[in-house]
Amino acid sequence: MMIEDLQFEPLLGLLQSAGWLNVPTYWLVGVVIVALIIASVIGQTLKRQPESTVSPALLRTFNQRVRAWWMMFAILAAGLLLGDTVTVVLFGFVSFWALREFITMTPTRRGDHRTLFWVFFVFTPIQYVLVGIGRGFVDPQTPSAIWWANTFGLAGVDLYGLYSIMIPVYASLYIPARIALSGDARRFLERSAKIQFSLLICVYSLSYAPALVHLDLLTSKPAVNNSSMSTGDVVPPSAPNEEATEAEPVSSATRRPWTEGGRAGLLFYFVLIVQLSDVFQYAWGKLLGHRVIAPHINASRTWEGFVGGALTTAIVGALLWWVTPFRIWEAACMSFVTAVMGSAGGMTMSAIKRDRGVTDTGTLVQGHAGVLDRIDSICFAAPVFYHLTRYFFSDFA
Amino acid sequence: MSLTATILSVIAKLMAGSSVRWVDCQPDTCQRVYFANHTSHLDALVLWSSLPRNIRALTRAVAAKDYWDKSSFRRYIAGSVNALLIDRENIKVHRSPVELMIQAIGNTHSLIVFPEGGRNATDEMGEFKSGLYYLGKKRPDLELVPVYIDNLNRVLPRGEFLPVPLLSCITIGPPMWLEAGESKAEFLKRARESVKRLKDI
Repeated sequence: MMIEDLQFEPLLGLLQSAGWLNVPTYWLVGVVIVALIIASVIGQTLKRQPESTVSPALLRTFNQRVRAWWMMFAILAAGLLLGDTVTVVLFGFVSFWALREFITMTPTRRGDHRTLFWVFFVFTPIQYVLVGIGRGFVDPQTPSAIWWANTFGLAGVDLYGLYSIMIPVYASLYIPARIALSGDARRFLERSAKIQFSLLICVYSLSYAPALVHLDLLTSKPAVNNSSMSTGDVVPPSAPNEEATEAEPVSSATRRPWTEGGRAGLLFYFVLIVQLSDVFQYAWGKLLGHRVIAPHINASRTWEGFVGGALTTAIVGALLWWVTPFRIWEAACMSFVTAVMGSAGGMTMSAIKRDRGVTDTGTLVQGHAGVLDRIDSICFAAPVFYHLTRYFFSDFA
Repeated sequence: MSLTATILSVIAKLMAGSSVRWVDCQPDTCQRVYFANHTSHLDALVLWSSLPRNIRALTRAVAAKDYWDKSSFRRYIAGSVNALLIDRENIKVHRSPVELMIQAIGNTHSLIVFPEGGRNATDEMGEFKSGLYYLGKKRPDLELVPVYIDNLNRVLPRGEFLPVPLLSCITIGPPMWLEAGESKAEFLKRARESVKRLKDI
């Protein structure tokens, strides 16, 4: 919708006037690009040296990771440049692929076929359409949004109310009912649970990440002076700003609308933090780890790695506070929680893979890069990060 | 290759998310008979699509005439992927399926066959029919290449018409030939084992 409005404007003007990107975000994106280039160069150089001290398995994992990060970065960057609708659509495709891997890994029976068709082609697209519209009807701007809002009496409705329960309630009720209709009762509960869980993890949880871009963010940071405002960003043109100021005295006397930052920057920050927490946990585990959390689930995850990783993530997250509406200590807390959730996601997915007897979701069916392996921590962290941001840093009234 | 064929193969690849592994076997334009397990309507199309383009142009999937000749739409699809339709029901003298296949491939084409005959509803692979043996006997120069198709039965099971886009895997194994003095039963058993073995590689 944002694109339709402004597509005749020059691109940069679009980005800035939409409050979408801003200078701090550019900085962060630049730093990440440089870091990725360095990582790629190191990985490729080591690969060319046959007698290196690094073990080939480790190097292969590293290079795979770097490739996955480039992919993630490309998706986020495309979203950053082309607007929130594109971000949501791209995340939708990631969900679709992850769901594909999950169901492929999970044995289902013939009787589940039609249910699976619903899961892939009805629930997944609907969830992302709802997330994509998001607050679009709260204050409809474009003619199409106004038409939809008026025709279906949706004006003023935040679709959060629907997309936050559509899968956990309605899809979860529909799935067992549809399996029952197929007439195959064998291991019924197990099959329902598998499909419900896969939809919950791959689609529902992940969809909270792109949902971040619709929040009207508030901040407790002191207001910046005018000179830095003008270089940093232009004030968003639309109503949320004024709305927020009206609502402000009631709920939060000290908070003000966060105008100097970009919402896309927050999404970028979130994905970056989750990925960094993976790396830090791995690094700490390699350096100090000797107390394995659960040897039968994952032999490489240790308590030392977990604690060290979460604390390091909190520190780095705090240092990047300037991209976010969070103050330094708030950014530290958010990053810590994100790291803990990410780790929980990694453990859960390890348990599932161990149960299925595979090491990577990618190797179950040969030759596929395991998307699920890369996003498991994002899936677990996204809902928590979203809700913390929603309740503490946004105007959701 | 026709536009329809290209579109069909792209759709098949997207739907089946198939990865292709060549195990002890390389893509080659020499005359081959790819024989595979059969669990889904998509088998022939996906296997055909997963061959490299130049080989695809030389390869014809053998399909049942009683099914693919029924409507003009089916005929069109079968024609655009250059399928070889064989009558399973009224077999004439001197026009046996094997004879027709050998005639059709001449000295250039390769074939895709499903020696189980029909699609298999269970997880266990069915016994192989004898056609493969006669092909190997009459044309000893043909490379007989086993192929294992994994997970396609979940993409489009028997009796369903809407596919579910899961990931599938096609494993193409080392070529084999009919050994001197090998009996029909022995050969068919060995061929079946060679397909089955690819499942666990």
